[in-house]
Amino acid sequence: MHLQLRNIAHNYDDMTVLQNIDLDIPAGKIVCVVGPSGCGKSTLLRLIGGLEMPSAGQVLQVGDPPEGCLNPLTYVFQDFALLPWRTVEANISLVLEDHNLGSERKEAIIADVLSRTKLSDFRKALPKQLSGGMKQRVAIARALAVNPAVLLLDEPLSALDSQTRELLMDDLVSLWSREPFTAVYVTHNLHEAVRLGHFIVVLSRRPGRIQEIVSIDTPLNTRELGDTELETQQQHLWTLMRDEARAADEELIGA
Amino acid sequence: MREETADSSARTVPFRGGGFSPKARRWIGGAVFIVLIAGIELATRSGLITSLTLPRPSDVFSTFVALWESGLLWKHLLPSLSRLAVGAAMGALAGIGVGILIGLFTLVRAGLVPLVAAIFPIPKIALLPLFVIWFGIDEASKYALIAFGTFTPTVVATYGAVDNVDRSLIRMGQSFSLSWFSIVRKIVLPGAMPGILSGLRVSLAIAIILLVAAEMLGAEYGIGAYILEAGSLYDLERLFVGVAILSILGVLVSTLIGILERRLLNWRV
Repeated sequence: MHLQLRNIAHNYDDMTVLQNIDLDIPAGKIVCVVGPSGCGKSTLLRLIGGLEMPSAGQVLQVGDPPEGCLNPLTYVFQDFALLPWRTVEANISLVLEDHNLGSERKEAIIADVLSRTKLSDFRKALPKQLSGGMKQRVAIARALAVNPAVLLLDEPLSALDSQTRELLMDDLVSLWSREPFTAVYVTHNLHEAVRLGHFIVVLSRRPGRIQEIVSIDTPLNTRELGDTELETQQQHLWTLMRDEARAADEELIGA
Repeated sequence: MREETADSSARTVPFRGGGFSPKARRWIGGAVFIVLIAGIELATRSGLITSLTLPRPSDVFSTFVALWESGLLWKHLLPSLSRLAVGAAMGALAGIGVGILIGLFTLVRAGLVPLVAAIFPIPKIALLPLFVIWFGIDEASKYALIAFGTFTPTVVATYGAVDNVDRSLIRMGQSFSLSWFSIVRKIVLPGAMPGILSGLRVSLAIAIILLVAAEMLGAEYGIGAYILEAGSLYDLERLFVGVAILSILGVLVSTLIGILERRLLNWRV
């Protein structure tokens, strides 16, 4: 299953946030969306997953979600969105409870995603006992539990410190390498984009339009810190964005 | 650099942090009671306060012991406790239910918030005769009065608490296609629980106040009836026994909610 965005536009009251967005999200690839702050990246993600209705255009789901998929379009949020009153395993169980899976099947899924995210030892912990990085791994485990067709990640690493960010990027890469998933990854961090993206969509400042789509062919698991090819790509992205980012910044001050 | 620290102009940076974080110190609360009561005892014994102004705490205590020994204590306490339990439970449950509806639905909110605001300031005691006409002079009118008095503060606390539930958690629930009912039961209700419980502290105290009011009419036994009888006879010792029982009841209810909070809200940071 893959997604197609057809001529999406979106307004809040009189303000146009997104315009003329045409984009294909191919199966098994990670599409990163970058752009200056306030350009509508996160709005775009909410439109893709059906949390908001676009003012114009449509998001198309092509083909059927894979067998055993409980929630085709699944989010990972910047603020983790874990229920603080539920333990790690109960937070994952939350998204399975509405599906009448039977306790054995549910238990198997929980054990599987916890081991894939290396959280098996923390099953009974409450979110308040976990660091930011661990919380986000729980959120990723929860997203994997519903076996999504497309993962929608909304700045998933932005609330974390830079070391944790590197570690989690490694985790995401190894998860993808073991079992490629389709993802839309919104970020303002170009380093994350060149590290994780097969395609990088650069949005202009508000109203957000697609400025350029950069594709990076280096396989994910061979991308490393200090890779010159990636550095060049990152530099290129930054040149694309710099003026836009500055203009967006000044716009906010003026507004 | 070392010489500079030895300079006579060097001073320790003054500490400006701290405070603003009260801690639980249970014995201090008890100590305040003891000091206050001991002070009154001394003052009444020395004649600083006449027995017409305040009864001697030791006399109040012996009146209490006499009440206990006569077996009348339970005869008064049990009906009161059951009125309190039934009335407060009805009012609190209805209040939580309506509060959640107000918190979730635009129409209910628009329709009921002004109504609740209109009902809230009515002294419920004034309505006792009305309740007696509606529900009879027996238990039902007492339940109704207590329930009605508990209802409004619970509604207000509950819908405020629902408003404060983290919207990003609800958005998360929707993004995983949880059913509406699941979102309410598993996200909204537990998320609103801290606010609901602190609201219950207030509404249960109001329930105790109304208990006395409810027993003003048509109650032979009950703490309220006991207090009113003592009051009309200007029997200050017995009056204070009754008042002390109500205070202890208040402390017990508040402790109970404290335990509930520790149990249910252990997830709070």
